Amino acid sequence: MSLDLPSGFDDRHQSSFTDLIRRTGQLPTWDPSAADRTDAPEATTVLALKTADGVVMVGDRRATMGNLIAHRRMDKVFPADEFSAVAIAGTAGIAMELVKLFQTELEHYEKLEGNRLSLEGKANYLGALVRNQMPLAMQGMAVVPLFCGFDESDGLGRIYTYDVVGGRYEEVDYAATGSGGLNARAYLRSQYRDDLSHEEATEAGIEAIVVAAEEDTATGGPDLQRDIYPIVALVDADGYREVADEEVARLSREIVERQS
Amino acid sequence: MTMPFYVPPEQLMQDRAEFARKGIAKGRSILALEYDNGILIVAENPSRALNKIGEVYDNIAFAGVGKYNEFESLRVAGIRHADVKGFNYGREDVNAKSLANAYAQTLGTVFTNQPKPFEIELLVAEVGKEPEDNRLFRIRYDGTLGDERDFCAIGGQEDELTAVLRERYQAGLPLDGALNMAIKAFEAVEERTIASNEWEAAVVERGGGRRSFRRLSPEDIEAARSAD
Repeated sequence: MSLDLPSGFDDRHQSSFTDLIRRTGQLPTWDPSAADRTDAPEATTVLALKTADGVVMVGDRRATMGNLIAHRRMDKVFPADEFSAVAIAGTAGIAMELVKLFQTELEHYEKLEGNRLSLEGKANYLGALVRNQMPLAMQGMAVVPLFCGFDESDGLGRIYTYDVVGGRYEEVDYAATGSGGLNARAYLRSQYRDDLSHEEATEAGIEAIVVAAEEDTATGGPDLQRDIYPIVALVDADGYREVADEEVARLSREIVERQS
Repeated sequence: MTMPFYVPPEQLMQDRAEFARKGIAKGRSILALEYDNGILIVAENPSRALNKIGEVYDNIAFAGVGKYNEFESLRVAGIRHADVKGFNYGREDVNAKSLANAYAQTLGTVFTNQPKPFEIELLVAEVGKEPEDNRLFRIRYDGTLGDERDFCAIGGQEDELTAVLRERYQAGLPLDGALNMAIKAFEAVEERTIASNEWEAAVVERGGGRRSFRRLSPEDIEAARSAD
């Protein structure tokens, strides 16, 4: 196989992976006219809150299909690159493809250019990816990501939310989206301070999921019998990392006991 | 009407090869060598911005000597090849062998079909899960593909560097030791000392997470030299 060599300026968006696979007809697409019945699994509640050093992101594990539980162990929080995280709500299959494309896009750009996109650049690009899905969103198969990261230029954590048409909003303190997002936000409002430590934010985030799960059937709280706990990720000056499952399990047990 | 001159194909190929070799001989060499935890690639490169060594994929690094714009276009094409393959199949399906083959095909085609051959040589290094799974490929200007073990030099001083390394190479050295060996081999061939900030060095290493490519800073190089 011979490689296609890049040809300089007429090669539009030279560093974009999405543009590359669109040119070669490999960009994943869905036909919106076939989507008048929405029975694909839906991912539900995800949230993010700023801490003193960065951001914490939490996602529940449930995916639903109508009134059914489609998956109990779904992962909705992903590293976007070394210094940012993305979480998804909405039609699960499309959202996961979107995350994979976003991750590849960021890494591709970084390798070609020799430096990472700015956090603002990443957030804008994710908005464009959501906007590309608009015909599907109009058919009820919406994808609404939540994006957060550590801004290496000024050393601050930032959170961005999106609407179904690709609108991008920067949040000042915390954000939640998905079916249980409203309840999670209400809880976070009562707990939020701007000097939370990672540990305090992790606990508040898990508790917000517990509260959302009490009110919203599509949100899965910690499942102590099956050992299924929310996914917690943090991003700060040291980059993206996930909180160990044992630690989340310990906090979840404490919270559930406190509530009963 | 002008009559086209007949040039025998042997002569044509010889002329092109000579042209390419002359271009490559002008540039400085690159040396790759296996150490205990991965593969080290070292080049003398005073530029902070224009790299000769780059990351291609999780375990794969690229290096090129010769004309910058020519090997840069192949670096970009290689990253595209790897990212598309990894996106469509799985990350572990991207390997140095298929990338090196694609480079060989491309350079072979350019050598025979284009008005001017590329004046470059490439090196593709892949760190394996075990030392015996490491891969080192060398691709010449005409598409000749070679599979190397232990160490590999490309560029103008290839023969001299290879001769020095044949005498001195030891398997299983730690990174500092391998770095010192590479620097000394260059300095022996060049017969001068080269400052720590005039090097470009990078590794693909085992056990450092998914993306194993890491650049070494002038401080890393200084530390390795003073530890010697």
